[in-house]
Amino acid sequence: MNTVLSRANSLFAFSLSVMAALTFGCFVTTAFKDRRVPVDIHVSRVMLKNVDDFTGPRERSDLGFVTFDLSADILAFFDWNVKQLFIYLSAEYTTRSNALNQVVLWDKIVLRGESTKLNLRDMKSKYFFFDDGNGLRANKNITLTLSWNVVPNAGILPLVAGSGHVSLPFPDMYESTKSY
Amino acid sequence: MQCCAFVLQLYYQVLNFGMIVSSALMIWKGLMVVTGSESPIVVVLSGSMEPAFHRGDLLFLTNRVEDPIRVGEIVVFRIEGREIPIVHRVLKIHEKENGDIKFLTKGDNNAVDDRGLYKQGQHWLEKKDVVGRARGFVPYIGIVTILMNDYPKFKYAVLFMLGLFVLVHRE
Repeated sequence: MNTVLSRANSLFAFSLSVMAALTFGCFVTTAFKDRRVPVDIHVSRVMLKNVDDFTGPRERSDLGFVTFDLSADILAFFDWNVKQLFIYLSAEYTTRSNALNQVVLWDKIVLRGESTKLNLRDMKSKYFFFDDGNGLRANKNITLTLSWNVVPNAGILPLVAGSGHVSLPFPDMYESTKSY
Repeated sequence: MQCCAFVLQLYYQVLNFGMIVSSALMIWKGLMVVTGSESPIVVVLSGSMEPAFHRGDLLFLTNRVEDPIRVGEIVVFRIEGREIPIVHRVLKIHEKENGDIKFLTKGDNNAVDDRGLYKQGQHWLEKKDVVGRARGFVPYIGIVTILMNDYPKFKYAVLFMLGLFVLVHRE
């Protein structure tokens, strides 16, 4: 231990081990947390159209327009090992051609330090709600759920679904608006 | 006698080196089996998932058949004919009763979905394109890999020093 090089070497090795231990500690202390938060979703308006899917396969498909309100308090999510939350509102439904369909309607990134109270009114969906076919018309049950992807400083990347979700039927006719 | 001792020492060093390499290989292959993914650990190469992942972050993947692909998950996939894996989030899925699934992805930091990245005429990804789902993450560690790719001289220097160190070190 008497040359600069060997001292630097030991110092480097020691700091690496300490950092690895801290990282592992971060991961282990937050890996088994129960992350569920009550969520309030309310849909105010639904409209249905039938157009060529211009976002991809150019077939005539059902296009849904949903206007919704959202409120949740996600402060409980943030601990020392959370870098950001990726929040997304997804619609899940079944059609004749597909047993399961899931479409993300809206998403938001909440970084550590930003406001944690979500109180959104009259939000329009961020992404086009195209079905793979014509399965939205007269669909009795479309469920909207708010979910989170927790991005840690180091560790597991869990996907958590919020405990409030809303199910609603879609209109029977095109170009008609249903208000709730 | 000096000559024999030296040869034995060298023999021992080489065997030692071989042991280290094969242990590393076994651990890697073992990980591949446990996670079901052909590449259980990947380095993030682009900034399209910022601020969640930056270039140089390490991702741990699984690709188990019992885990269905659902929206919101972070998938690592390869586009047919291209080598570079892409790390993006699932935006849309349509799954048939028999389990056949087609899905669309988008990077968090991109304004549009990935259809511009897919092959000409390809609108959806399928299970066969998926390398794995991101389940765990460690920041920064993969920077070494990126440095070695961007500056090949650095890679050769590191390998040379490692080889030299293992062969010369007498412990």
